[in-house]
Amino acid sequence: MAVSTDEKREVRVAESSYDIAKIRSDFPILQMERAGKPLVYLDNAATAQTPNAVIDALTRYYTCENANVHRGVHYLSQTATTRYEDARKKIANFFHAPVGCEIIFTRGATEAINLVASSYGEAHVGEGDEIIISHLEHHSNIVPWQILCERKGAKLRVIPINDAGEMILEEYEAMLSPRTKIVAVNHVSNALGTINPVETIIELAHAQGVPVLLDGAQAAPHMPVDLKALNCDFYAFSAHKVYGPTGIGCLYGNAKLLNAMPPYQSGGDMIMSVSFEKTTYNSLPYRFEAGTPNIADAIAFGAALDYLSAIGMAEIAAYEQELLAYGTEALQEVKGLELIGTAKHKAGVLSFVMEHAHPHDIGQLLDDENIAIRAGHHCAQPVMQRYGVPATARASLGMYNTREEIDAMVEALHKVNKVFA
Amino acid sequence: MCSSRALYEEVILDHNKKPRNFYPMEDADHTIEGFNPLCGDHFTIYLKLNGEIIQEISFHGAGCAISKSSASVMTTLLKGKTVKEAEKLFEHFHHMITSATDAELDDKTLGKLMVFSGVREYPVRIKCATLAWHALISGLHGEGKAPVSTE
Repeated sequence: MAVSTDEKREVRVAESSYDIAKIRSDFPILQMERAGKPLVYLDNAATAQTPNAVIDALTRYYTCENANVHRGVHYLSQTATTRYEDARKKIANFFHAPVGCEIIFTRGATEAINLVASSYGEAHVGEGDEIIISHLEHHSNIVPWQILCERKGAKLRVIPINDAGEMILEEYEAMLSPRTKIVAVNHVSNALGTINPVETIIELAHAQGVPVLLDGAQAAPHMPVDLKALNCDFYAFSAHKVYGPTGIGCLYGNAKLLNAMPPYQSGGDMIMSVSFEKTTYNSLPYRFEAGTPNIADAIAFGAALDYLSAIGMAEIAAYEQELLAYGTEALQEVKGLELIGTAKHKAGVLSFVMEHAHPHDIGQLLDDENIAIRAGHHCAQPVMQRYGVPATARASLGMYNTREEIDAMVEALHKVNKVFA
Repeated sequence: MCSSRALYEEVILDHNKKPRNFYPMEDADHTIEGFNPLCGDHFTIYLKLNGEIIQEISFHGAGCAISKSSASVMTTLLKGKTVKEAEKLFEHFHHMITSATDAELDDKTLGKLMVFSGVREYPVRIKCATLAWHALISGLHGEGKAPVSTE
């Protein structure tokens, strides 16, 4: 985010009221040591750690609330149903979902995107039509559209990025045409951390009557997301990126569009009535939730959002922005290190390469110091190709990371240079 | 326990910094691609065969310290060897780096390859150490047309 002087002052105020010690104590895994070295967890873009509030919600569910939802008259089933539907409401509130929209539980952001590509694509995309994505996408927002294009004879158009890792909006604008059936881009890039100008992207698409799907997996943990203000048609996200459990996520969608989409998966729960002659489908959101859902993790997802709300997403965003600025500067000290992705608006990600060490060797030596970073292509091979690198090392920040941890990483990177340079 | 010193032997670091036989061979009669899509490691192995004998061998490309040094050491060991000998050596090498960490190693057969024994502690790096070897062996078997992936 662009930080003006006024905002900088606000950041400092926010930081002082941000109880980092308390937050860190809420995450049991952060208390773990290996060979006397504390864990420095900087792989939050891959998955974030889990606070006690979430672990407790899971334990509570399996200890005294476990039953199947939407089908029993008994007490436990009613309790489980209430908790499950409460979680859905918490998610809608957290993301400021407007009236007339739905929250559909999925396995994660990937399944949410697949749902739209498969179902919306089936109903609306035909031969010669076009789908717009960007060069910054995670594979999960490339491959489902590629498969759809192959199936339908449609064409995938890709918004190019500049050297800083920002989408080139003029090119995007020129790409939009009556053939465009949907625009699907990420809100924040997982590989580079770029915060994309989604407001403009949505505005331009809507001006032509084209719906927009946002992959919000990397945005949700780092900033307040207001779906009403954003006015996108679909938003996909995963619980485990926002300190919740793995295996659960959501598709937020405009009910009008969802109602016009054919079923994605079929089975129990998604039906109203079944006979061998005719099946009537259930109403939203259940129509897209076939089978027994991931009840426990949905409830724990709600607990994660409660936890974040209590601290405040604006406070978390301010704290992380300050940490990102600190980390960006600290990495400049390391000889031969080049940051990949230097967008003006960034969140949470420090992706880099080093002159004398391959990302995997960097990751290996950092692991010696009990520092966890990611090394590889981050499921975004086109981004790597754009920069002509096979892989990058990526430190991704979370709400509990500290300047001391950045310092520990920088120190370890100096050691990497000693070994390999 | 917390040190990859055992992985990054001096010999490995030396071959990483100064890889041997590291050049594209213009007049090679076998050119084999080795590619690990997961890491993006990508090497080309060049060969000149005289009957069954590996007369010339070189490699070029980019990868991590383990994959690069392994390719480099491989080229130094195989020059002048027969195809059968190369296969046998890879068999021993593969067995060594995939065996249990407390298994006894036959350092007489393995020779210089013993520097890679530390890889046994890091299962995710086995694919790095074997990338060039897999490419070479499949190339010698006439499968060199398609890139070889160890994934």
